[in-house]
Amino acid sequence: MAVGKEIRSQIGSIKNTQKITSAMQMVAASKMRKAQDRMAASQPYATEIRKVVGHIAKATPEYKHHYMVERDVKRVGYIIVSTDRGLCGGLNANMFKLALKDIRAWKEKGTEVDFCALGSKANAFFRRYGGNLVAAKTGLGDAPVASDLVGSVKVMLDAYEAGKIDRLFVVFNRFINTMSQKPIVQQLLPLQAVETPEEPRTTTGWDYLYEPEAKQLLDKLLVRYIESQVYQAVVENNACEQSARMVAMKSATDNAGKMIDDLQLVYNKARQAAITQEISEIVGGAAAV
Amino acid sequence: MAMTLHCDIVSAEQSIFSGRAEMLIAAGAAGDLGIMPGHTPLLTELKPGPVRVVLQDGKEEIFYVSSGFLEVQPNVVTVLADSADRAENLDEAAAQEAQREAERAMKDQKSDLDYARATVELAEAAAQLRTLQQLRKKTQ
Repeated sequence: MAVGKEIRSQIGSIKNTQKITSAMQMVAASKMRKAQDRMAASQPYATEIRKVVGHIAKATPEYKHHYMVERDVKRVGYIIVSTDRGLCGGLNANMFKLALKDIRAWKEKGTEVDFCALGSKANAFFRRYGGNLVAAKTGLGDAPVASDLVGSVKVMLDAYEAGKIDRLFVVFNRFINTMSQKPIVQQLLPLQAVETPEEPRTTTGWDYLYEPEAKQLLDKLLVRYIESQVYQAVVENNACEQSARMVAMKSATDNAGKMIDDLQLVYNKARQAAITQEISEIVGGAAAV
Repeated sequence: MAMTLHCDIVSAEQSIFSGRAEMLIAAGAAGDLGIMPGHTPLLTELKPGPVRVVLQDGKEEIFYVSSGFLEVQPNVVTVLADSADRAENLDEAAAQEAQREAERAMKDQKSDLDYARATVELAEAAAQLRTLQQLRKKTQ
């Protein structure tokens, strides 16, 4: 029957798309579980080291590490953590929007901005945006390894040490739950004292005993701190990516189903109309004889 | 009841131990140290070695830590380990094998880099064996 040919082929092509999106949804769902486990596994270390560094920032040490000293801000650095692949809803777009808002605020104050892009989406975006991209790392994969990040992080730390940048931020998506992720900007350098309500410290002017020397120890510990925070950001962003992709693909599959239903209805109506018309033509023809 | 302090032992991969303890004994960069409640704030590097935790009921738990950091706040001790494990999970045969391997590598060294790595491996293997010794002492 000629009547529904285009509609039928359209339904066929939507069905094919639906197959792909539902497969992607299932792949993302299984990857998401693993990514969430990875995030949960490295969370304690990141939390504890942040607490320790928070204490250090609150202490009044004899030796002030340069990571703790606030400087006049002339140039700031951003480490942008994004995904490597697309098709994960507005995950990257929302994060870039937040980053750009932040960056615009700095630029209005006459501050220059440097970028370090982790993930190919951030890399492509900031190349287009025309910022000063000093380091990039793509292809981190589903199970990011800390040693892969060390290089790019070191570029930023060296820049901070050399006084090229005066502040360092990391931008990534915070995993709230499977349905929602929230982009955030976290300041890495200089270190900020974290307020911990459960252990209020009224006495001021205390300091650690250091073994061995304070300088040696803090150098190592603080670099480790930055690395662990960036690693945690990458792992968390990865968990966000998989769950965002799963949700995006689920709604794509649902939408394809809805479209197929609508088209099927149109097709059936057209077919029925053709049949009715044919019958009435036959009846009309028979009556005329 | 004796005074206790809160103890957290975390490695890069997982949280190993979290709870209250009477004392924590670890191998610091400048020698072994025992931390009891009310210790003055302290920050130190850890060498590969055993970390012993004396629990409230007098029982001991032994962990193996391969380098990391130790932070002491008056009532909180935090061990940030690069990698850590329960002593029960260590493999004695593998540790001995690693020790022999490292000693051999130190003898026929090709470059300074090899030598440095072998030293680290040797220290880790020796520390694992030391941890296992302590574990045996405890169970005897």
